[in-house]
Amino acid sequence: MRRVARIAGPVLIVVWTLVPLLWLLSLSLKGGDHIDDGRFWPAAPTLHNYRTVFRTDLFTSALRNSIGISLIATVLSVILATLAAYAIARLDFPGKKLMLSVALAIAMFPTISLVGPLFDIWRSVGLYDTWPGLVIPYLSFTLPLSIWVLSAFFREIPWEMEQAAQVDGATPWQAFRKVIVPLAAPGVFTAAILTFFFAWNDFVFGISLTSTGRARTVPAALAFFTGASQFEQPTAAIAAAAVVVTIPVVAIVLAFQRRIVAGLTSGAVKG
Amino acid sequence: MAAITLEHVEKRYGDGYPAVNDVSLDIADGEFMILVGPSGCGKSTLLRMIVGLEEATGGEIRIAGRVVNDLPPRDRNLAMVFQNYALYPHLTVFENIAFPLRLRKLAGEEVRRRVEEAAAVLELTEHLDRKPGQLSGGQRQRVAMGRAIVREADAFLFDEPLSNLDAQLRGQMRTEIARLQQRLGVTTVYVTHDQVEAMTLGDRVAVLRKGVLQQVDTPRALYQRPANLFVAGFIGSPAMNLVPATVDGRRIRLPFVDFELPEAVGGGGPAIAGLRPEHLEDAAVVDAPARERGVAFDVTVDVLEWLGAEQYAYVPYAAPPELVEPLHRLAEELDRESARTTLVASIDPASRLRRGEAARLWFDPANLYLFDARSGERLAPPNLEGHVPEYQDPAGR
Repeated sequence: MRRVARIAGPVLIVVWTLVPLLWLLSLSLKGGDHIDDGRFWPAAPTLHNYRTVFRTDLFTSALRNSIGISLIATVLSVILATLAAYAIARLDFPGKKLMLSVALAIAMFPTISLVGPLFDIWRSVGLYDTWPGLVIPYLSFTLPLSIWVLSAFFREIPWEMEQAAQVDGATPWQAFRKVIVPLAAPGVFTAAILTFFFAWNDFVFGISLTSTGRARTVPAALAFFTGASQFEQPTAAIAAAAVVVTIPVVAIVLAFQRRIVAGLTSGAVKG
Repeated sequence: MAAITLEHVEKRYGDGYPAVNDVSLDIADGEFMILVGPSGCGKSTLLRMIVGLEEATGGEIRIAGRVVNDLPPRDRNLAMVFQNYALYPHLTVFENIAFPLRLRKLAGEEVRRRVEEAAAVLELTEHLDRKPGQLSGGQRQRVAMGRAIVREADAFLFDEPLSNLDAQLRGQMRTEIARLQQRLGVTTVYVTHDQVEAMTLGDRVAVLRKGVLQQVDTPRALYQRPANLFVAGFIGSPAMNLVPATVDGRRIRLPFVDFELPEAVGGGGPAIAGLRPEHLEDAAVVDAPARERGVAFDVTVDVLEWLGAEQYAYVPYAAPPELVEPLHRLAEELDRESARTTLVASIDPASRLRRGEAARLWFDPANLYLFDARSGERLAPPNLEGHVPEYQDPAGR
């Protein structure tokens, strides 16, 4: 009985999570007339929908925006969070605890509550419908979490590591870069992935703070999809676009999961 | 290579507590200097001030004549081995050892040559491609030493390098460190709380207590002429027997025996007497002329440990609690178990003493140390000064 449960449980979970994805994939491969044929597997798989989405400006510009904005937000967030977390882990300064908890509180804010005010502010300062207009809110929502993740990693790294590096002739910056950052790499990757996904998947800011292809990201753009012609339902095209934007997410997770899992500090000190 | 000079060095923390208090110390070029003391005595802080990881709040630190107080660690050209080795876990053994050389941007071949040389000395050659996580404790220790020796640093600093190893390995590595230091002839400062390491490794030993330097001398001199009660109690294993005493001119009253010294000790009143275990002997094995010279007293043996080459007898005695109190405090400070009112005697293994039986112990009063009860300073009665002690073996072994 227990063995059955041990096998059935994971199978159930895998089916549960994969079926919608497969359904999406299947939809994206169906030709215009087969959308509502009620079959799970497409009868005549076609890449027609993919060609369509890549031909529409709406999607290609959105894809460019998504990639650009997410990457910029990720890089900035990781750099800032690394420095901030290092300071929090290593230095003693007044208000440290308060800062950490306020940062966490900010991350807990419901995004929707900020959209209204941000919309007004962005419009008056000229950030509306621009890349920075999205990068900034993404940063402010992902930084706190990144700082938390990274400061936990930094705290695990023994002080002696960088002291040894300094005695060995490193400047504090070299010690940080050559010893601390590599050791905190799993944390850095975790923070980067969290940030990237937040920005990549965000819909609320994307739809509210943009109005044109200048800065509209893919999740927002999907809502504006129409079919190839006005007589065609956009379902299949949306599915194809959704598959396209899911690919980087899957690729990143597969590429970095080993880095995240690897416990690099093992054997650093006596063990 | 360089001499290290500390002048009135002081470290005060925010609360004004001096972790290191006015320490002056001259470490000669090529000397192996030990900093020793119980935990919290400031020895590690002192070492970290020398290497530059802590800032001295007072005094002057000079390396090879150059004042280094305001120099960051990287500009002091010192190599340090940390207690937990602080190896870089993401780098191979080779790159760990090469790390300081890479920072100095040495050419690849030169780096390879030096690392391989160091690895050969430390028998690490076959492990160069491994990561520290795959090494045993002793090997990690050697990698840490390798990282120090490739540097061609002015001095080596060791911060309790053996305390993470098991007893057997510790003995081996101790010998290895001694050999390495002799071979390289580099000035070495070595922090430990282990007095065996201190005695066996050091050219000289500096004993610290609560941030204050107590005595700096060769291991032999520390053992034979401890400056005060603290040093006497710290150096030696098993530790010196410390017994409350009363001095009255020539007369010394111990809880278990009264006797007279050949000459009067200055002052009088309460004091603390010290007798090393090896200076106590079973009266039965002492030859007659020596017995004449010495003092014997009756005891009951509580525990007897026969180890073949040596034999320890534990002998309880009674003393008023108020007299024993300062000894308890000292024991606490030395991280020892509370001093029982028990004498430890290292007696001739041939002695036929038995546990639980009455016995007669003997000592030569010339081997008796006396310390001021209040200050702990060693009292130096003229008759004892010249003599103390040339390892006279009471049993004439």
